[in-house]
This record gives sequence, C-alpha cells and structure tokens, in this order.
Amino acid sequence: MFPRIVYESFRRQARRKLLAGIAITLGVAVATAMIAVATDIGDKINRELRSYGANLVVTPQEDTLDVEVGGVNLKPPSDGAFLNEADLPKIRGTFWHHNIVGFSPMLPVTVKVGEGNNNNKDAKDVTLVGTYFNKALSFGKDDFTTGVRITHPWWKVEGSCGDGRLARPGRVEDSPSSCGWPDDNSQDVLLGERLAAKLAKKPGDTLEVDGRQLTISGILSTGGAEDNQIVAPLALAQQILGKPGAVRRVYVSALTKPPDALSVRDPKTMTPEVYDRWYCSPYVESIAYQLQEVIPHSHAEQIRQVAQNEGTVLSRIKGLMLLITLAALFASALAVSAAMATAIYERRVEVGLMKALGAGNLAVSAIFFAEALLLALVGGIAGFSAGALLARQIGRSIFNSQISIEPVLFPIIMTIAVFVTFAGSAAAIRRAVKFDPVFALRGEG
Amino acid sequence: MTTSTTPGKLLTPQQVADRRAQASHTSPCVSMFARMLLRAAVLRRRRAASALLAMIVSAAVATAMMNLYVDVQAKLRTEFRNYGANVVIVAKDGQSLPADALAKVESVLGAKTKTLAVPFSYAVARTHDGQSVVVVGTDFARARQLNHWWKVSHWPDAPNEALIGMRAATVLSPKIGPNRQPFELTFQGKAIELAPAGMLQTGAGEDSRIYLDQSEFQNWTGVAPSTIEVAANGTAAEVEASIRQLTQVLPAADIRPVRQIMEGEANVLNKTRATLYASAMLVVLTSALCVLATLIGWVFDRRRDFAIMKALGASERLINGFFAAEAAALGVVGAILGFFIGIGVAAWIGRVNFHAPVVPRFSVFPYVLAGSVAVALISAILPIELLRRVQPAIILRGE
Repeated sequence: MFPRIVYESFRRQARRKLLAGIAITLGVAVATAMIAVATDIGDKINRELRSYGANLVVTPQEDTLDVEVGGVNLKPPSDGAFLNEADLPKIRGTFWHHNIVGFSPMLPVTVKVGEGNNNNKDAKDVTLVGTYFNKALSFGKDDFTTGVRITHPWWKVEGSCGDGRLARPGRVEDSPSSCGWPDDNSQDVLLGERLAAKLAKKPGDTLEVDGRQLTISGILSTGGAEDNQIVAPLALAQQILGKPGAVRRVYVSALTKPPDALSVRDPKTMTPEVYDRWYCSPYVESIAYQLQEVIPHSHAEQIRQVAQNEGTVLSRIKGLMLLITLAALFASALAVSAAMATAIYERRVEVGLMKALGAGNLAVSAIFFAEALLLALVGGIAGFSAGALLARQIGRSIFNSQISIEPVLFPIIMTIAVFVTFAGSAAAIRRAVKFDPVFALRGEG
Repeated sequence: MTTSTTPGKLLTPQQVADRRAQASHTSPCVSMFARMLLRAAVLRRRRAASALLAMIVSAAVATAMMNLYVDVQAKLRTEFRNYGANVVIVAKDGQSLPADALAKVESVLGAKTKTLAVPFSYAVARTHDGQSVVVVGTDFARARQLNHWWKVSHWPDAPNEALIGMRAATVLSPKIGPNRQPFELTFQGKAIELAPAGMLQTGAGEDSRIYLDQSEFQNWTGVAPSTIEVAANGTAAEVEASIRQLTQVLPAADIRPVRQIMEGEANVLNKTRATLYASAMLVVLTSALCVLATLIGWVFDRRRDFAIMKALGASERLINGFFAAEAAALGVVGAILGFFIGIGVAAWIGRVNFHAPVVPRFSVFPYVLAGSVAVALISAILPIELLRRVQPAIILRGE
C-alpha cells in the first residue's frame, strides 16, 4: 500500500512534483557549481598570480654582494661563486615538483658593445644576461620545457616572424607567438627596448658583442632593468664569460600555500611529526628548503615582494568565495524549502482524508518524507550533473581551464540535498499532520 | 453633514450618498482596495509572513552580492598596493632628478588619496677592507609604508643609523655583532660612521644594500635622488593618466609603469571579478527562484478569495490589479528590509574577509527594488493566469 500511495502521488500530481523537483535541481546545481568553483579557485588564482613572476630565487651559498645600480652591474664579472647548470633539472626531483611551474637560470656578464675591436673608444659597457627562453630539459623520464617565457610572462618581444611579418605583442593572431624569441641553442639575442633605441638597432640586425657578431632576433620590453640589457641564450653567455655550466642565480616559480603559523617556524626546532607536516605542505619556505637540498651549495630564498603578498591576496579571494558559497548554499536551501512547503501545504485535504480513514500521524509523515526523499534523490542527481556542467562552463570561460569536480563531492551534495529537502518539508509536514481532518474534509483549508 | 446617524439604524440611500460625498477625499473604491490588501495580509499572517521572509532574504542576498561585486575591486586593489610601487620615475642617463621632483610628483598625485612616492638615491661606497657595497638614501617612513614585504628587524630611528641588507651584513659581519657596533664606510674619500639599526630581508637586490636616511646620505655623498617609486592607486586607466601627467611635469625623467605589477594585478582582478559575477548571478537567480516558489504557493492558496471576488462580479482587471498590487507591496517592503540586512551582511563580509568595512552603496537600491517587484509580479501573475481558466464555481466547491 505504502509504495502505491507514493507512486500514485507522483503519477497524478506530476505537475506539482515537477515544480518542487525543479527547485531542488536548480538549488543543488547552484550549490554544486559554487562548491566546485570555491574549492578550485585557490589553485586557479594561484596560477594567475604566477604572472607576477618567480617567487623563489636560488643563489650560490658563498655568493658575494651584488653591486648593482639601476640594472647595471658594477662588479667584475668573474667575481663570486656560481651554481652548476647540470644541477638545475633536479629541481623537478623535489617533493613538490608538481607545484613548480617553471624556473629560469640567469647569468649576467658585462660585455662591450660596438663596432670594431675591444679597444674601440665607442664601445659601451652593457650587461648581457644568459638565460633559458623555452628550453627542453629532462629529469629521469620527465621531459619538460622551462624558461623566462614561463617565469616572466610580462616580457614582451617584438620581432620578425619567419614570413617577415612583424609580431606585435598582445595580438591574438600572433599568439602563441614564438616570433622574435631566439632559440635556446642559437647565437641569437634579444635587445632591450631602451638599449635598442640608443644603438638604433632593429630585429634582424647584427650586433657586435665582445668581437662576436650576434643576430638580434627581437626587441625585448619588460618595464624593468632588462630594457637596458641584452638577453642571450645561457650557453652563449657562458661562452663569453669562459665558464661553461655556470649560473649566477635561478628564479623559480612555484604554486604555494598562503603562510600560516606553521610555515614561519624554523624547521630545526620542530618535532619529527611537525617537521613532516611542514615538509609536506607547499609553503614557500618548505619549497625553498627542498630546493637547497637538491642543488648543492645553494641558498634558496623567497622573493618576499611576490611570495608574501601572494599569500594575502590568495587568502582574501579564497575567503570571499567561501562566504559567497555559503550564501549560495543558504539561498538554495531556502528555495528548496519554499518549494517543498508549498507542495505539501496544498495537500492538506489529502491528509484529512487519510486521517479520517484511520492513518496515524506517523504513517502520514512517512508518506510525505518518502516522497521528499525520492524528490531529493532525483533532483539531487539531476542538479549535480547540471552543476558539474555549470562549473566546467565557468572554468572554461573565466580561467580557460577545467574545473575538476571531485567525486567525493557527490555523496556530500546528495546528503545536503536530502537534508535540506527534509528540513524544508518538516515544518510543512508537521502543520499538515496537525491539521484537523474535519476542517480539511469540509473544504475549509 | 446635515444628519447624524446612530449605529444600527438603517440609512436611506440619500444618507449613504451624503456620507460618501463627505468622505470624498478618499475615493471609496481605493479605500476598499486598500482595505482588502491590508486584511489579506493580516488575516493570513502566517502565509504572508513566509512570503515576505522569502522576499527579504532574496533582497538581502542580492544586495549583499551586488555591494560586494562593486566593492571587491577597490578592496582587492588595496591588497595589490601591498606589492609596492607600480610606477617608477628614473632620471635619464644616471643623473639626479631635479630637487623639486618629489614635490612635483606629490602635487600631481596629491589629489588622490593613498598615493605614495618614495625617493631613492644610490652610491657605491667602500667598506673598511675595500669591498664595494651599494648604499641607498631614502625616506624610511615612506619606504616602510610602500614596501610592506620588507622584513626588517628594527627600523632606524636615531641619526646615523642604517638598515643593513642580509647579505651586506655578511660582508660587514666582523664589525656587526649583537651589540650593534658602529662601522665605517667611505665614498670618494669621505668617511662616515654608521650604527646598524636592523637587518633587512627581501630575497631580492635590497639584501645586498645598506639603507640610510636621505638627508644624511646627501650630506655625506652629495648625491640627490635618482629614482622615485610611486604606488599609484586606481584603475589601470587612472594610473595611465597619472603617468601622462607626470611625464609633462618631469620631462627630464623616464616614467614607466612596473609592468610585472600592473599586468599581474589586471590579470587577477579580471578573473576574480568574473568569478564573482558568475557566482553573484547564480545566487541572485536562486533567491529569485525561492521567491517564485513561495509566492506561487501563496497565490494558489488563495484561489478561494479569487473565486469569491469573481463570483461577486469583480472584473478580471480588478482581480489582476488586486493580486499584482499585493505582490508589488510585498516586493517593496521585502526590498526595503532586505536592502538594509544585505548591506549589513556585506559590511560583515568586508570586516571578516578584508578587515575593512564595505561601503554601503545606495545606488544598488533601485536595482534591488525593481528586481524584487518584478519577481514578485511574475510570481503573482503566473498562478492567476492558470486560475483564470477555472470556473469560480469549481474552486468554491472545493475541487
């Protein structure tokens, strides 16, 4: 009898059930989408924040002072210690290698630029920086590319493409443009914007640097010190310096967790369990520690301007999304409750009839709760799928990447859907059950 | 006004007409209409209250979301200013900036609040054992405000105190003990005795430098500031405008945006705004749905009123008008109450998340009001359209 009543109720009152079902579906869809977006936004914004540039720098342990004013190095070039280029791929072997977006080595060399030989009076002292542009490396079985195009996304290059067309930064048709960027194994260089204006050079010209004829593949604009420098492939800078394999410093761009009380503690003073927890959290401090472990004789330090502020921005945005998700959950719970209350309130006459025929309060409530459960399950499943699509759409249109829906979210969402539907129905069911059958049957609803 | 009647006594048609004339300043039709509206709300208190509650909650949520959406950009921009300067003014060809440069910069940007300009001057000095070290003259109070990320053990507050970069400290280390012994630097033969005040750690170039107060620096080296770092507040377009203005005022200097900061900021802001926009839309839609569900139930519930009115000969226009007016009144009251609650919620979120209150935006109110009334009207008209097709007799018979 019980299943039949429930079944017939759905069959005969399809339209009303539809209304409540739609409310549940929409409510669950919104809740799913919001939870998915909120749990993923940290990662997404973290990646966006990487466009601020590297947040870690690795330097040789016994490094001497930089004597640098306005991007011009005043120190003798061979002075100081170096890191070994061969150690760099090991960065991909650290515990948090998945969080390392990219790294670029830097080797500044002071060179003379000008026509003729080194004794030319017109020759100028200019800093040439050797680096990776988009270098293919491998560590173990892991093949990857890294370089300034990943770690320094605000560097813009204007240069000629293969077909002689000038590539303009920011144009959609040129992206992903490799126009103007030199090859990592070539002898081509990028010339800083201001330096190019001073020397009156344009892409395709040759430049004499310490007696070598180098081709300018593009003009580099960064808004920083590099505008007055030459940027060359690392191997070329090492040749000029005469120190193969030398690297002055490495910029590392890593996805990190905002700092908290644990992150700032000194690992030396930690108990083993705390140390494990610290080591296995992607704090900027623990990643720095791991970088020092893999690169011999190195000192890794967070670039505080980037690393510290990133944490605050990230936690603000995450907090905001969390609160909004709560608002969304609240609104959808309310919508579901309202729909359920309406659906039940309309059926008081039915309740009166059932009670007049001898049904107890418990039996009547059981019928209503069974219907609510069924509605919640059907609406929950439909809403979860719709919400997953919605989250994916948001991810694709805003972040150009997938927002992954964790499978563990499904039982949570279903529980929430059932709970909210019950909570929304409870008050209405209680009132319907309490309603005097005499009034109901006399039609005085 | 001529006859006075006692209660219970029947009035002649003439007397009724007289009384109507007497009360002519409120049309009888309107007063009846108002009375029906009022009674409908009072008699079905519970249902009306639940409909109103739904209305208030939706309006509150919508208000809070819109307020946050408008304000979050300003809030995040303040956070982003912690990244430091977004505009750098550098003297051309290694010279110094004119002496009044800082004053000029401040007069150009002064109109806007929270704009910060910090001068820097650079020189290479030698330590007692002949090592080169970069010494920077600056205004400590301003630098401290601009560069929040500088980790400083103790800011200098006495004359001839210097801030020592972490790596510079290792060079001077034999001289800097825990008791902060003074050390000596020479620049072009002129020596200066400095006391280390604290250590500076940034992870960048600053670590290799020694920072001094600008006036002491200038007395010692005679070098005037060559760089001014500016944290300009405002949208990208406003910063662009400031840069153009500064270029006019200071033709001798190179003025450029710090692209790394500007682009990163624009990137994150746009994405956050877009996400917030999508979420706000979803939340507002859901709350509208909530109103719809409640009001549809409310109107359906009163199909008996509807049938009686129709049976008594009310025109369809009147009935529609009646239900619409009821819904609109609900919408207006809900919007007003919800608006203030929503502003409170937004302010609370601002305090909890951004540690700064969200400024209430009263410009949002018309939208909330219009939205609430529109949703209420839609939810009232929808069930009436369905009921209109039903004969009043069927409803009154309770079928």
